[in-house]
Amino acid sequence: MALKIVKGSIDRMFDKNLQDLVRGIRNHKEEEAKYISTCIDEIKQELKQDNIAVKANAVCKLTYLQMLGYDVSWAAFNIVEVMSSSKFTYKRIGYLAASQCFHESTDVIMLTTNQIRKDLSSPNQYDTGVALTGLSCFVTPDLARDLANDIMTLMSHTKPYIRKKAVLIMYKVFLKYPESLRPAFPRLKEKLEDPDPGVQSAAVNVICELARRNPKNYLSLAPLFFKLMTSSTNNWVLIKIIKLFGALTPLEPRLGKKLIEPLTNLIHSTSAMSLLYECVNTVIAVLISLSSGMPNHSASIQLCVQKLRILIEDSDQNLKYLGLLAMSKILKTHPKSVQSHKDLILQCLDDKDESIRLRALDLLYGMVSKKNLMEIVKKLMLHVDKAEGTTYRDELLTKIIDICSQSNYQYITNFEWYISILVELTRLEGTRHGHLIASQMLDVAIRVKAIRGFAVAQMATLLDNAHLLTGNVQRKGICEVLYAAAWICGEFSEHLENPMQTLEAMLRPKVATLPGHIQAVYVQNAAKLFATVLKSGEGSADSKAAQEMMIERLPLFVQSANLEVQERASCILQLVKYIQKLQQKDVEIAEEVIALFAGELNPVAPKAQKKVPVPEGLDLDAWINEPPSESESEDEQPRAIFSKEEPKYSRPRHTEVDEKELAKRREVRKQEQASNPFYIKSSPSSQKVYQEGPGVEHIPVVQIDLTVPLKVPGLPMSDQYVKLEEERRQKDRADKKKKEKKKRKEKRGGGRGKKHDSGPESEEDITPAHMVDIVTEEMPENALPSDDDDKDPNDPHKALDIDLDKPLADSEKLPVRSHRAAEVLKSPTEDVDAERTVVSQEPKKKSSKEKKEKKKDKDRKKSKEEKKKKKHKHEDKGEDLLGGQEDEPVVQSEETIEVAAPPTSTTAEVSDLDFWLSNAPVPSNAQEAAPVAAAAAAAEADPVPEAASGAAPDSEPEEPKDTEAEETKSSKHKKKKQKKEKEEKEKKKKKKHHHHHRHSDAGGEESVQNGTVEEEEEEEEPLPPMSNYCLLAENSYIKMMLEDADQVNDIQGNLQDGSQVVVSVIFENKCESFLKSMEFNVLDSLNSKLQRPEGSGAHDALSVPFQLPPGVSNEARFVFTMQSIVMPQKLKGTLTFIVKNEDSSTHEKLEFKLHFTCTSYLITTPCYSDAFAKLLESGDLKCSSVKLEGISMPFHHLLARICFHHHFSVVERIDSCASMYSRSIQGHHVCLLVKTSEQTVSIDAKCDEPTLLGNVLDEIKQTFSQC
Amino acid sequence: MIKSILIFNNHGKPRLIRFYQYFAEDMQQQIIRETFHLVSKRDDNVCNFLEGGSLIGGSDYKLIYRHYATLYFVFCVDSSESELGILDLIQVFVETLDKCFENVCELDLIFHMDKVHYILQEVVMGGMVLETNMNDIVAQVELQNRMEKSEGGLSAAPARAVSAVKNMNLPEMPRNINIGDINIKVPSLSPF
Repeated sequence: MALKIVKGSIDRMFDKNLQDLVRGIRNHKEEEAKYISTCIDEIKQELKQDNIAVKANAVCKLTYLQMLGYDVSWAAFNIVEVMSSSKFTYKRIGYLAASQCFHESTDVIMLTTNQIRKDLSSPNQYDTGVALTGLSCFVTPDLARDLANDIMTLMSHTKPYIRKKAVLIMYKVFLKYPESLRPAFPRLKEKLEDPDPGVQSAAVNVICELARRNPKNYLSLAPLFFKLMTSSTNNWVLIKIIKLFGALTPLEPRLGKKLIEPLTNLIHSTSAMSLLYECVNTVIAVLISLSSGMPNHSASIQLCVQKLRILIEDSDQNLKYLGLLAMSKILKTHPKSVQSHKDLILQCLDDKDESIRLRALDLLYGMVSKKNLMEIVKKLMLHVDKAEGTTYRDELLTKIIDICSQSNYQYITNFEWYISILVELTRLEGTRHGHLIASQMLDVAIRVKAIRGFAVAQMATLLDNAHLLTGNVQRKGICEVLYAAAWICGEFSEHLENPMQTLEAMLRPKVATLPGHIQAVYVQNAAKLFATVLKSGEGSADSKAAQEMMIERLPLFVQSANLEVQERASCILQLVKYIQKLQQKDVEIAEEVIALFAGELNPVAPKAQKKVPVPEGLDLDAWINEPPSESESEDEQPRAIFSKEEPKYSRPRHTEVDEKELAKRREVRKQEQASNPFYIKSSPSSQKVYQEGPGVEHIPVVQIDLTVPLKVPGLPMSDQYVKLEEERRQKDRADKKKKEKKKRKEKRGGGRGKKHDSGPESEEDITPAHMVDIVTEEMPENALPSDDDDKDPNDPHKALDIDLDKPLADSEKLPVRSHRAAEVLKSPTEDVDAERTVVSQEPKKKSSKEKKEKKKDKDRKKSKEEKKKKKHKHEDKGEDLLGGQEDEPVVQSEETIEVAAPPTSTTAEVSDLDFWLSNAPVPSNAQEAAPVAAAAAAAEADPVPEAASGAAPDSEPEEPKDTEAEETKSSKHKKKKQKKEKEEKEKKKKKKHHHHHRHSDAGGEESVQNGTVEEEEEEEEPLPPMSNYCLLAENSYIKMMLEDADQVNDIQGNLQDGSQVVVSVIFENKCESFLKSMEFNVLDSLNSKLQRPEGSGAHDALSVPFQLPPGVSNEARFVFTMQSIVMPQKLKGTLTFIVKNEDSSTHEKLEFKLHFTCTSYLITTPCYSDAFAKLLESGDLKCSSVKLEGISMPFHHLLARICFHHHFSVVERIDSCASMYSRSIQGHHVCLLVKTSEQTVSIDAKCDEPTLLGNVLDEIKQTFSQC
Repeated sequence: MIKSILIFNNHGKPRLIRFYQYFAEDMQQQIIRETFHLVSKRDDNVCNFLEGGSLIGGSDYKLIYRHYATLYFVFCVDSSESELGILDLIQVFVETLDKCFENVCELDLIFHMDKVHYILQEVVMGGMVLETNMNDIVAQVELQNRMEKSEGGLSAAPARAVSAVKNMNLPEMPRNINIGDINIKVPSLSPF
């Protein structure tokens, strides 16, 4: 029975994979949600199972449900579990799910750091690939910081597949952890010349992405990119580079000049439309940057425009769209070239494709001139009538307004026409842009004084016909226009022909259905009108009628639900009643009533308030009164109360000022108030205000041309203006001709007259229909014109604005990866670390951000202190802080990478660029001078002929200087190197003598200590530094350091396809020459073989995937396959390389011996104590033991040493007794029981392979015999 | 940078979504709906570019899409990508799908969303174009599939477990597990 239940449940668990889930959802279309919720319940059950396959299946289904919009973040932990599976199949599922649903606030992400690190260093490239892909989607600042170094190592991986991905992900790392940019950049730059095109493309991609946001930092790369552009055939890469140049040219016009020719060639030669298009785009950018000073750039413009015309005429809508897009860029600087294609663009307005129509509209915006504005707008008005769909029509409407109002109504010659257009636009059905039209009406009426009469007449008509606008409920948007109409009629009521009629229109009962804010304006302006009527004839019939009307109609508004309306209405009603009362007493009151609304309102620029400059001598940060000194807490109050951005007129600091000064100030203030439109003035007239300054009033306003009818019956038709305009222009032209003829006649006697009169009329020839003076918006005096308030402060790219040419400082190096063994050990501090304070005994790391921050700070301080200390120690030996980096104790540093950036001097770089830019557009030998290019040139088989062929005569004088620069640079390297080495050696000696914890591994070669303090390790108690790196071989050219890495992660996988061991070798160039063509070879033994790429022979050498400039070190990894792992192995190998000097190159060879200890076959594998006990009980294991005498180190150090050097993990520790476990790559279990008493350590060991065990114990013994 | 990649069918049902910038699930669905709304009302003979919908951000972004039979492939990209380049990329992606699935149709995408993701991962990584050569992409995908096969695939372990239990031969055991459309030919790894 029980079995049945079990079986049933298992069956249910396993019966649904992703396909079944999808099928199920499709079969339950009516009750999909319900079905899915049962599925989710099942998935929850499945996730509780121990079987990782079941979990992976469940996670896979969750990924699908996530796509359907279900939040699956509750399963985040399970996803992490699946990610850490050793099988690729499951791992891939886990990472996919993570990339779909993890984000920065997913808290389990911090659990993944070690897992990801492990996957990144996996010997299986696809494990690494999957981890990189996943990480690219959910990288957080913490992950970026912790993994930056690992990823950087991968950038030099042997497989291009991994290099490519590692390069791409660096961009994400930079974004999240900007500090990594500088240390990683040299290597990224190196990848631009990677032999694999995919890697190269990735590097170009990343640099383009970086440079797009902060172009100026990447200008120095221009020569390199230029070379790539002329050599690459990959269109993807070309497009990216060309786009990058588009971003760089605005900063360096000389670059543009250099680019024009190759780009033009590309335009002519390429068949790829995408490339052609980008070339055209960049040429345009270049031409924009060289707005003048280029003699023949009109040819380039013509070429671009011509190519674009071909695109626009193409039947492919995509090309048409892009053609228009690029055209709009040309338009900004070369409007004339585009305007000749007006026909084509107007044609595009009729296109059935909305995207294209919108693009064409954009173009029109820039194409208008005084001459064609009316014509274009007329065309647009036709489209407005035809347009289907409100969105496009609204777009048209805004475009019309944009076109007309651009640059302060620059192109409008006839404002009456514009007002009529606006009025016509009010007839649009259901537009949302009523407020836009309204604001235009207001703006024009206020700023163009000459038009007020006409505008008022039009607005009066609008008000009269308000029912047409408000009739339909759906036309809510447009009634905003009435707001403007009412205000204009009220404010400029002196222009009204028939104020009574308008007043009546404003007080119709129907007005009460309008929105509140409009009613309020109505009421207010009704009062203004009333004042006007009163003034025009006090006591007349009209004014009496007006009075009655007001008193009769206003109560309607007094009852309004809108407070504003109510308030104004009741106020005005009382006012009118009061006036009536006074009039009954025969008091002349009109003047006083009109005074209520006197004065002129001036437009104020929107930014005016912000732009008020801080008066001289005013310090907003200074205290007005000194703060009370005793209260220290108040000192801390932020000073930001007075911020610099909002300058205020603040009181002067000292109050005792003499009378004269006061009077002067009063005068100044008065003037300020007078010119401030927000300040209620004492005088009713604004005349005085403009006495100083460029008084608007003084500009002569020409009376309106009489040929234009002022009164248009009914609603106006803008079309007639077009005709009128034509006539007028013709007349003007005729007049001019006459005049000119006259002139010519007069001139004939004197000499040859000008003959170009009959050409097309130019812009300047068009005289406006009536002189308009456009009142400019008011700005405070001394306002600064600069506008930098548009930048987004939250742009993540801001942080990446980093100078990349500065030499790398020690403090900038990336945090080095270190062990985070689960078995954290406790120890008293000792020796060197004695002064370190123990922060906490808590073994587990808290990962809350705040803590980390604090830790960081502390760490920084500490490491500084330590450095100082160290420095002090070394001082007597004459060492400087240069080597300080190496001095810092490493907490179990397992792998170290020196971020070896060749310190390039900024000035040299800049001058190189200058030189390159001033040169002919041939990739000349000048490049070789640049440190980057030096690498490039060296990579080429024979750079000498190139240098000869480059032979630009003007380049020769520069050459010696540059090479000199290089020489000094490399000699600097040399010195540094030597110093470093000396230091190291001395240190080593010292360490050997004084600190017994120095330890060397694998055959007793000297070990070198490297790396920096990992910041987060602070809470753990310090351990003596350890390193698995040892010197492999060294000669005068190169030093090889070996880590007999054991990075075999996937035990199961390796059990199946044989065992692999990864060997990391650091190559360090010690000489001052360039090292290239490095080849690594090992004589295979029967038992162990170097893994070579498919297709290569058994004795072929592996080429090292990088080259070494002087002083640089880099790491490469090699995979070995082992048959049997029970015995240590020694392999003979050779490294061949070419040493390249300026004038010669020599082949060199370096022999070495690779030593594989048995330890290197062990993998640190955690083991639970119950499983451990079971293992021991099983009886399969053979026993062996060893005794170590004279071990004086603390027990936990002993354990740490075993863990670190021999890849064990602590299972359990009780007092001075500990059980440890490890596993070989072939699955042998190795168990240790370590006991200590006094100075004796006894190790009892069990393993299923006695030979292996014996060897491991021997190695352990050796380890401890050395310290 | 590519901001997101959406594949949905003519009815707006998502077949694959890939955001390279975080959005909450409901926001994602809203974006899909809006994008579908924008794209679906366009004729097939109009251009393949759309100025970004309000949701997917800013004037710098564009929607670039292609319509194949029943599916829309929509990429949302910023101005650093070449428009025509992305169109080509979509074509490469679809051709790759066609090669990997052998005459790809919507059903393949429906039932093998995970595999489509794995293929996409070889084309675009973290919003940046990783590889544009179809043969390289197919080769990498196949190598990984082979690896998966050598591990026995996702369903191997449960299959063994179930068959072990099934072989115990209990009479009232529900054997009919297949509840889906019988017509759908699914070249699945599932041994059920």
